[in-house]
Amino acid sequence: MRHLLSIADLDAQAASTLLDTADRLEQTLLGRQVRKLPTLRGRTVVTVFYENSTRTRVSFEIAGKWMSADVINVSIGGSSVGKGESLRDTALTLAAAGADCVVVRHPASGAAHRLAQWLAHTGVAVVNAGDGTHEHPTQALLDAQTLRQRLGDIAGRRIAVVGDVLHSRVARSNVLLLTLLGAQVVLVAPPTLLPSGVGSWPVEVSHDLDAVLGGVDAVMMLRVQAERMHGGFFPSAREYAVDYGLNRRRLDLLPEHAPVLHPGPMLRGMEISSAVADSGRALVTEQVRNGVHLRMAVLYHLLAGEEVE
Amino acid sequence: MTSTEIDSSPVLLRGVRPYGEGEPVDLLVADGRIVAIDAAGSVDAGQAEVVDAAGLVALPGFVDLHTHLREPGREDAETIDTGSASATLGGYTAVFAMANTDPVADNAVLVEHVWRRGREVGLVDVHPVGAVTVGLGGERLAELGGMARSAAQVRMFSDDGVCVADPLLMRRALEYSSVLGATIAQHAEEPRLTVGAQAHEGERAALLGLAGWPAAAEESIVARDCLLAHRTGGRLHVCHVSTAGTVEVLRWAAGPLAALPTLAAGGRPGRVSAEVTPHHLLLTDERLATYDPVNKVNPPLRTEADTLALRAALAEGVIDCVATDHAPHAPQDKDCEWSAARPGMLGLETALSVVVETMVTTGLLDWRGVARVMSERPAELVGLADQGRPIAVGEPASLVLIDPTAHWTVRGSESASLADNTPFEGMRLPARVVATMLRGRFTARDGKVLRWIDSC
Repeated sequence: MRHLLSIADLDAQAASTLLDTADRLEQTLLGRQVRKLPTLRGRTVVTVFYENSTRTRVSFEIAGKWMSADVINVSIGGSSVGKGESLRDTALTLAAAGADCVVVRHPASGAAHRLAQWLAHTGVAVVNAGDGTHEHPTQALLDAQTLRQRLGDIAGRRIAVVGDVLHSRVARSNVLLLTLLGAQVVLVAPPTLLPSGVGSWPVEVSHDLDAVLGGVDAVMMLRVQAERMHGGFFPSAREYAVDYGLNRRRLDLLPEHAPVLHPGPMLRGMEISSAVADSGRALVTEQVRNGVHLRMAVLYHLLAGEEVE
Repeated sequence: MTSTEIDSSPVLLRGVRPYGEGEPVDLLVADGRIVAIDAAGSVDAGQAEVVDAAGLVALPGFVDLHTHLREPGREDAETIDTGSASATLGGYTAVFAMANTDPVADNAVLVEHVWRRGREVGLVDVHPVGAVTVGLGGERLAELGGMARSAAQVRMFSDDGVCVADPLLMRRALEYSSVLGATIAQHAEEPRLTVGAQAHEGERAALLGLAGWPAAAEESIVARDCLLAHRTGGRLHVCHVSTAGTVEVLRWAAGPLAALPTLAAGGRPGRVSAEVTPHHLLLTDERLATYDPVNKVNPPLRTEADTLALRAALAEGVIDCVATDHAPHAPQDKDCEWSAARPGMLGLETALSVVVETMVTTGLLDWRGVARVMSERPAELVGLADQGRPIAVGEPASLVLIDPTAHWTVRGSESASLADNTPFEGMRLPARVVATMLRGRFTARDGKVLRWIDSC
């Protein structure tokens, strides 16, 4: 594995290997007072976030530090990036300065791919930490990890992904990964929040959340970006909550074994009610915890030389 | 690229095949015109330079209704000089330079500057396109009359790059320009349907997470403008048609709609014409997988079904002509992330080969058809009297000589353009321009630009 840009770069074996590695790393650290492995000592990981994201950035930073890598966070506002330097020049600067791995979050779809192209001759690894409305592969991997821990094998499971699929990089990565691992995916959203090409995806599509919930093994709620609430994608936050929000009544429609996931941050009262978010069925904190181990696994396979095939 | 001073002495093209038809002939050029055409070997060269043209096809020099020369304002991307050089290497003898320069060519002074600079360079006839609205702002008509009556004699107006979206303003533009004998060339893009659009709306854009540019955004504007043209008697030219749906709208405009009783003053019918770019004939949105912005263009690359519909429409005449939408960009404007990159591709030097690849090798057009869509029809649409003329005795000697058997590999770095943003990089394409002649003078030959400083 040279980079992690998209779930599409992985096959089922490689994805499972990453999940297994994350499991092993979690077990290794379990109960330790000092959560530090020497594996990436001397390696430098730079996180470059062009969008704010506390949870993803911190997750990568902790992952790198627990592996003993030197982790450097580039502050956009105080750097040359804030002065208008191009992404290409920033990439080349980081490579020249000695970065071994660049973790990038960027508002433009494909930015991580472009970064990898510019760095192709340098040997620097690139991890896509979310690019525009394209993909967020580590989020999908940590979601799969969380599902695997709760449900056992993902293959054959039926997973509902609910909400703003159109703008969601999390949804794209999850559709790819869950189907890669043998799950059935059903997308639930109003037509305005589904991409026009969704008909070619290997998924079912529904606009009726109540009808779907009884037959699924898990529900992944997606974040609706607040700025889109008045963009004509749906009439009002209230109507969205009525039709697509996950509340206590809907939780009762779910099979008892089925958990609820949300990538956060949650819009309580709209996407998900507090009663659901704070219930034992919601695995939000497990997702965050798994995120660190999963990102440790990604950095390990990228920087420690062990191939994921 | 090298430059060489040339003279205007007579030239005898020995053994050339006009339109690729019939037996080879000798074609004698003197004083800017064709003065003799007869069986190969039979014409006395006299004082003329004899050029061995055996195996070459002669067509009227190409006319591009849609070129971006970037001067004034972005001379780091292209100049009238380098764009003209690129055009002549591509077989063009006339180009129409779009108005979206900086400052915008929305007044007589600006268009005269572009026209005059084109004359100074002298490699192709540079016809400035005037803006329809002041500053391309879409709010107020530019001084169309002043530009039409200027030395540049502007025949085409366009806000290309942006759509004249206001239907009332578009109606006024069609009405007002109709008495000037000018054409309104529309960049058909309903802006409310393309907010944030980055790629053709469909399967590929959905996978890549790029906001969709729906086909209906083009088709709805074309339908609206066809209605307006027929109701006003105006001349509408649809720029860079990109969808199969637009082809059907154009069929409707030429058929059922055109048969309606017109309400235009005096009963004058409107006129609707359309162009297609070489890249929309060949490339599809499958190329977007790498996010390389060299494939970013507006309107975006569409699907294979669209390219096939465009080819058929061009062969049938539903789409009138090929136009390059030659759009050079400086490296920093292209070698960046997809959403930040400017849309546009080079096109002048590859247009013929792409047309041959998509239209000739597929049997959709013969060489006479190529002359129709790249020379004759575009010249006719804008009323150029001395371009796109038949290859016949007495006609202007503005010609392109083509080796129909050649194949070549495209290299952007070898282009005469200042830019190198060609989507055809590394592609092996058929047919090659061997020479271009403007009014009896070679302006390009064997891949080299031949400069001649006009005394004007």
